Amino acid sequence: MNRFLDRLFGRDQRSAQLAKERMKLVLIHDRTDLSPQALEKLKDELISVISRYIEIDPKAVTIDIAQEGREQRLVADIPFKPAARRRAG
Amino acid sequence: MTAKVVTVTSGKGGVGKTTATANLATALAANGAKVVCVDADIGLRNLDVVLGLENRIVYDLVDVVEGRCRLRQAMIRDKRLPELYLIPAAQTRDKNAVSPSDMVRLCDELRGEHDWILIDSPAGIERGFRNAIAPADIVLVVTNPEVSAVRDADRIIGLIEAEEKGPARLIINRIKPSMVKRGEMLSADDVLELLAVDLVGMIPEDENVVVSTNRGMPVALDERSKAGQAFRNIARRLNGEQVPFMSMNDDGGFLGRLARLVRPGGNR
Repeated sequence: MNRFLDRLFGRDQRSAQLAKERMKLVLIHDRTDLSPQALEKLKDELISVISRYIEIDPKAVTIDIAQEGREQRLVADIPFKPAARRRAG
Repeated sequence: MTAKVVTVTSGKGGVGKTTATANLATALAANGAKVVCVDADIGLRNLDVVLGLENRIVYDLVDVVEGRCRLRQAMIRDKRLPELYLIPAAQTRDKNAVSPSDMVRLCDELRGEHDWILIDSPAGIERGFRNAIAPADIVLVVTNPEVSAVRDADRIIGLIEAEEKGPARLIINRIKPSMVKRGEMLSADDVLELLAVDLVGMIPEDENVVVSTNRGMPVALDERSKAGQAFRNIARRLNGEQVPFMSMNDDGGFLGRLARLVRPGGNR
């Protein structure tokens, strides 16, 4: 009955949905041989290299692995710092 | 006649490779094709018992490869289907007794006189797996709707692509429609989305599989079994026929739903 109430109030996620979400992440890292920690390190280094050439906001940078069928790609979105703020700063 | 070589593999053990091989071979042969199946699981042979041919073994795959007998002598004719043969694995040797090029040579010798050569791969990603896929024209990957089986299937699909034997085609075995309906088992669509490969068949969980295996009579010969029907459908798809996928929504009907509703913990 507890599980029923949990589900009624949306506290309980069906196990199949949970399995699917877990597997999505596991398979990305299996296929690329890149752990979440390594991806984080890659991101930090990338930010420091790019910062040598252009002004960027490290918090605005997103680096993710995107999937298309069985193909994986590293997608980096690195916005320039807005010109106005650049002058002010 | 030039046989197509179909290898059945999975990565994880116990998902139904041998059952699938036995049933696809049986279904193809029942349609009049000349079929030979090869048990490549050296040291852990089982295709013989699933087909009910364990008492007829004299020579095995390793005997052929090492020249102790002619190929023909190691081919066991099925009890029921005169155009179905089995080449059993050796039980007291290991996977290294055979090489990938041995398997290619063996299949080349068999190709001329058969329509289909089905190879039952061992679990794992090592030598036995490499032996099994070396001669393959088509690779079928068997998985279950469970995280460990799906993960291993993904790994093996990647290795099949790397060996240029892809694209692999997927069989999802042991689906429990009632659990899928409750959201407590990955659906076939979920598995397909995760693995991103083509589906060749879905097999519902079916007690008849255990019963038929006990008897050494593949379930594909059982006209009333749902799993048997699913295997017959895959055999037709291998032949290039367009066969609609079986509905996985049978949940035992109204009474089955009622029983689950009334049973304590039925909402789980």
